[in-house]
Amino acid sequence: MTFIGWFQILLFLGAILALTKPFGTFMHRVFEGEKTWLTPILRPVERVIYKIGGVKEDEEMPWTTYTIAMLLFSIVTLVVTYVILRFQAFLPWYDKTYMTTPMTPDLAFGTAVSFATNTNWQAYTGENTMSYFSQMVALTSHNFFSAATGIAIAIALVRGLGRRSALSIGNFWVDLTRTTLYVLLPLCIVYALVLCQQGVVQNFHPYGTVKTLEGASQVIPGGPFASQEAIKMLGTNGGGPFNANSAHPLENPTALTDFLQVLSIFLIGASLVYTFGLYVGNTKQGWALWGAMAFLFAIGVSVAYIQEARGNPLIAATGVEDKASVLGDSGGNMEGKETRFGIARSALFATVTTDASCGAVNSMHDSFTPLGGLVPMANMMTGEVIFGGVGAGLYGMLMYAILAVFIAGLMVGRTPEYLGKKIEAFEIKMAMLAALVLAADVLLFTALASVSHVPHPAAYWNTVSGTANALASANTNNSGPHGFSEMLYAYDSTTANNGSAFGGISVNTPFWNLTQGISMLVGRFLMIVPLLAIAGSMVKKKRVAASAGTFPTDTPLFAGLLIGVVIIVGALTYFPAVSLGPVVEHFLMHSGKTF
Amino acid sequence: MATTLTNQTPGPIPDGIEPADRRTSRTRPLFDPPIVRRALGDAFKKLDPRLEAKNPVMFVVWIGSVVTTLIFLASLVPAAGVSMGGWERAFTGQIALWLWFTVLFANFAEAIAEGRGKAQADELRKTRTTTRAKRMDKNGKIEEVSASSLRKGEIVFCTVGDVIPSDGTIIEGIASVDESAITGESAPVIREAGGDRSAVTGGTKVISDQLKIEITANPGETFIDRMISLVEGASRQKTPNEIALNILIAGLTIIFLLATVTLLPFALYNVGQAGSGSAPSITVLIALLVCLIPTTIGGLLSAIGIAGMDRVMQYNVLAMSGKAVEAAGDVDVLLLDKTGTITLGNRQAAEFLPLPGVDIAELADAAQLSSLADETPEGRSIVVLAKEKYNLRGRHLEENETEFIPFTAQTRMSGVNIPGSRVRKGAVQAVVEYVKQSGGTVPAELQEIADGISKMGGTPLAVVLNEKPLGIIYLKDIVKGGMRERFDHLRAMGIRTIMITGDNPLTAAAIAQEAGVDDFLAQAKPEDKMALIKKEQAEGRLVAMTGDGTNDAPALAQADVGVAMNSGTQAAKEAGNMVDLDSNPTKLIEIVEIGKQLLMTRGALTTFSIANDVAKYFAIIPAMFSTLYLLSGTAHGPLWALNIMQLHSPYSAVLASVIFNALIIIALIPVALRGVPYKPMGAAALLRRNLTVWGLFGILLPFPCIKLLDWAVVALHCAPAH
Repeated sequence: MTFIGWFQILLFLGAILALTKPFGTFMHRVFEGEKTWLTPILRPVERVIYKIGGVKEDEEMPWTTYTIAMLLFSIVTLVVTYVILRFQAFLPWYDKTYMTTPMTPDLAFGTAVSFATNTNWQAYTGENTMSYFSQMVALTSHNFFSAATGIAIAIALVRGLGRRSALSIGNFWVDLTRTTLYVLLPLCIVYALVLCQQGVVQNFHPYGTVKTLEGASQVIPGGPFASQEAIKMLGTNGGGPFNANSAHPLENPTALTDFLQVLSIFLIGASLVYTFGLYVGNTKQGWALWGAMAFLFAIGVSVAYIQEARGNPLIAATGVEDKASVLGDSGGNMEGKETRFGIARSALFATVTTDASCGAVNSMHDSFTPLGGLVPMANMMTGEVIFGGVGAGLYGMLMYAILAVFIAGLMVGRTPEYLGKKIEAFEIKMAMLAALVLAADVLLFTALASVSHVPHPAAYWNTVSGTANALASANTNNSGPHGFSEMLYAYDSTTANNGSAFGGISVNTPFWNLTQGISMLVGRFLMIVPLLAIAGSMVKKKRVAASAGTFPTDTPLFAGLLIGVVIIVGALTYFPAVSLGPVVEHFLMHSGKTF
Repeated sequence: MATTLTNQTPGPIPDGIEPADRRTSRTRPLFDPPIVRRALGDAFKKLDPRLEAKNPVMFVVWIGSVVTTLIFLASLVPAAGVSMGGWERAFTGQIALWLWFTVLFANFAEAIAEGRGKAQADELRKTRTTTRAKRMDKNGKIEEVSASSLRKGEIVFCTVGDVIPSDGTIIEGIASVDESAITGESAPVIREAGGDRSAVTGGTKVISDQLKIEITANPGETFIDRMISLVEGASRQKTPNEIALNILIAGLTIIFLLATVTLLPFALYNVGQAGSGSAPSITVLIALLVCLIPTTIGGLLSAIGIAGMDRVMQYNVLAMSGKAVEAAGDVDVLLLDKTGTITLGNRQAAEFLPLPGVDIAELADAAQLSSLADETPEGRSIVVLAKEKYNLRGRHLEENETEFIPFTAQTRMSGVNIPGSRVRKGAVQAVVEYVKQSGGTVPAELQEIADGISKMGGTPLAVVLNEKPLGIIYLKDIVKGGMRERFDHLRAMGIRTIMITGDNPLTAAAIAQEAGVDDFLAQAKPEDKMALIKKEQAEGRLVAMTGDGTNDAPALAQADVGVAMNSGTQAAKEAGNMVDLDSNPTKLIEIVEIGKQLLMTRGALTTFSIANDVAKYFAIIPAMFSTLYLLSGTAHGPLWALNIMQLHSPYSAVLASVIFNALIIIALIPVALRGVPYKPMGAAALLRRNLTVWGLFGILLPFPCIKLLDWAVVALHCAPAH
């Protein structure tokens, strides 16, 4: 560990803290249709969109209509993406020389689901699979839509909590339009230009072949990717055009772009927490959630950084490893990390990308030390509520807040209430349903993959590099607990709609594409629908006045309680599973055995 | 006889008595031997799967008990093909046994809570009469019929010594009635036709005079019938909060079921990879599941609810539903009538204030003289004050020479004419008029003194001898002892008290300040009270109030918690959701505390239950995988490092966890029945305290306990030492 390492982590947190209030305030104005400095330019565009779409701006929806609109939108865009992917060979910018991975129905399904659910799990290598057109139209557009959908849902839930004795929670189409138009697009345009300036690729050139210094020849892909990169990070999508993702120099060339990338992952998620505070009329409510999130982030990044900096004792024993020094050598575990970024920034990126449901990576999580790799896994197991995916983090944390208030709120001797609204059987039923579905999604699919034989014939369902694997678990690259971690991470990532891969597992087979596709759909929509139902039920409730006997939810004590509930619920659910993965691997590593 | 009785106010128990003393004979020890005996039997009866299935958490344990028992039995029969080593078999048998104990302990907790109610119901049943009733027909002819045949609207006649056959309203007569069968209070109360004291309850006894009663309840619907079904729990329905908590713990149970069930394939994969160790047995998986699911709260949840109702009953309050008790815990605003609740029923003379030049003794003498025949409490208090302060004894006046002038609404004065003097006392305005008519003069000081008294919240009465004003009697509302402390107590609980009074705002403000209430509603008419409740509710507050009159009924129904006085009318009792059998309006404080305790106990035990799981993982996970990935030359696999409690062996670790899990239910029965201690303090302080006690200790406590149990099972040769 180095001073400069910790300093960069603190600098990052400080930057997020500084941006939260101004950007949160801006978003509040946008969602409430108030005037911002962008209004003169964008308002006419917004009107035209409503006119074309036949949207009545002032007509609000009850939660059921809102949900149906959201589901319809997601299904239609999903199908469009599937069709584009399947027919990409007949669409522009398709170079069949380099498109070596066939776009099979299962891969197209998995990918379409992946982008529609804001997961961006990629079972393919971008350079060899996706045409520029697919990247730009099918995938990047989804990066906007799925992010805007997540934000819209969070705002709908927040309206449900903030309003009293009302029926409607907003208009989905308006929320979607405003988020895209006023929040995502302007930011992305500026951001993409900065990325371009820093060297991120933005062109339509065909792949070029160059001679390297060693004299070998290498194919260099191009593409319109600075624009994709911007929304990939801001919308916590995470699916990059290249297989190496943000470790690739054409996606993330400099220290500055790396810093901007982690910053842009948290920007909207953190600011939305402040927006929430504005909606419920007490920004301290928002800061309490923010504090809890920041604390959980700090734990994660510290564990990851410390573990990675300590490195693997077996390698240290050989004496080949550098010791950490101020002058640049980072020491510790550099396997799978870019020398440009080093350990601190890799640990920071890995933590941030899994705290949020981004899934972009600048290092290979599979190569982390066992406990270092446990951090991203555990972050996703919390349901990604540590600032979280755009919108998803806030609504996930609000689900925890409802559970925390219910369990501990009873201990002040009143029927639990959150933000002045009574938490009753219906809310608990929906919150538990969401929690239950997430746990079931991760655990059952991992169990299935651990022991199951793929359906007959294995040659169709699960062929990896020409070998038909009858066992799903045979697709892992590593044996022992590490192989188990790879499977657990895979379903953890898809359920949490993260999309980052532990790596080391071959998933482009019908068995994996289908099970992961289903787990993404479950993880996204079976979480959203119960939460919208909560919004619908909460919005109708009258607001109970606060008194000296009211459970305060805007204090450090509540933030502490929330942290406890997130950790304990997550730990209790997944402790057995992780004990057979990273935990046992950690002990084995210290006993001299690795996998 | 009857007239003398009217002057006694059959009133509430005096205030200032500590809450605990308010409990009546209904209090009984927590573990009353007969109740425990009956509960032990009931605990086994409740093993019936149809009953267990109502509690999802305990039903999971029940299934686990059955499965482990079957595995154990199969291991005893060679033909079953379940082969086990000696320790494995002993272990399976012991796990099965302790799982059954877990179920039984939870059943026992519920049975003992119910048993206390049942014992009360039995006592009440004894009072339900099979006596005969004297039914009157239209012509007034009396006919003896069975009490149980009486229907609504029929008229019965009761005289001294009769047990009132059913609930009813007095339509004629006045009598003292012994209501001890219901209230446990032996002092008789007055019941009379008309007004707010006209309701009688079946099972109570007439001890003087006679009554004509119109029956208001059909058989099986009487107050006592309702009371029996309430305390017995027959009509007990889960409260909204209980339902929500049930959903939460059922959800957690399913999550833990998933975590446990999927552990088997996870283990199978790893065992295949490791080539060492073995997948956990079904028995160990069931043990882990039972330890993880919230059995503590699951097993005690219904006992908490039943015991909460029982505690309310111990304070002699009859809650019509558990929901009402819960709502009491949420109350933000408490409306209390001034008269009879905050102040003693009547104003009392506090001071004599003479006009300049008048001797105070002269004033006192005239005041006493004017009040000798005044039988109102105010009048008597004037006589008493004169006697105590100026040693003026009551004089005997010759009846033929004395003419008492009674108070009338027109004159607003009362007094006495004796030879040579006319003494009058009354409202200042009326006396001024009287003096002017008599040709006297009124000094300006009289009005000044009177205004001063009004400002202090008192009532001035002017006294005049012939045509000469003497001065003012200061009548004061006397705030009951200990009220300020009670309101401070309420404030600490976060509850605002509002005093309702017909007085003018000045008087009301003064009394409000003296009593220490937070707010007041002056010159209140019944509809103002209703409007106030609606206003508070619209602002999102929960309102509690007490009342006894028929004109209180709408407000009682509108309030979130309405406590009707047992002495009140039938209409009031039906409108409220609780009846205070002692007719003590400040009892609400205790009810609120019980409501809060009820919710706190649920929260505390849920938190405790979940917090306990941490230690259990550290016992069972290393035990389950003690030989997985075993490296050569070592006795235990790498996951044994998680055995931070250094438990002896996998068998002893699992056994100790299961035993702890079962015993903690028994250990917490007293908490479930009594409720966690509640001290009024701010919500944040309360939360901090309870989180420390039930959350932090919930995490820490199992570690030493499991360690101790592990040592014990090894010492007792119930599990191997290695």
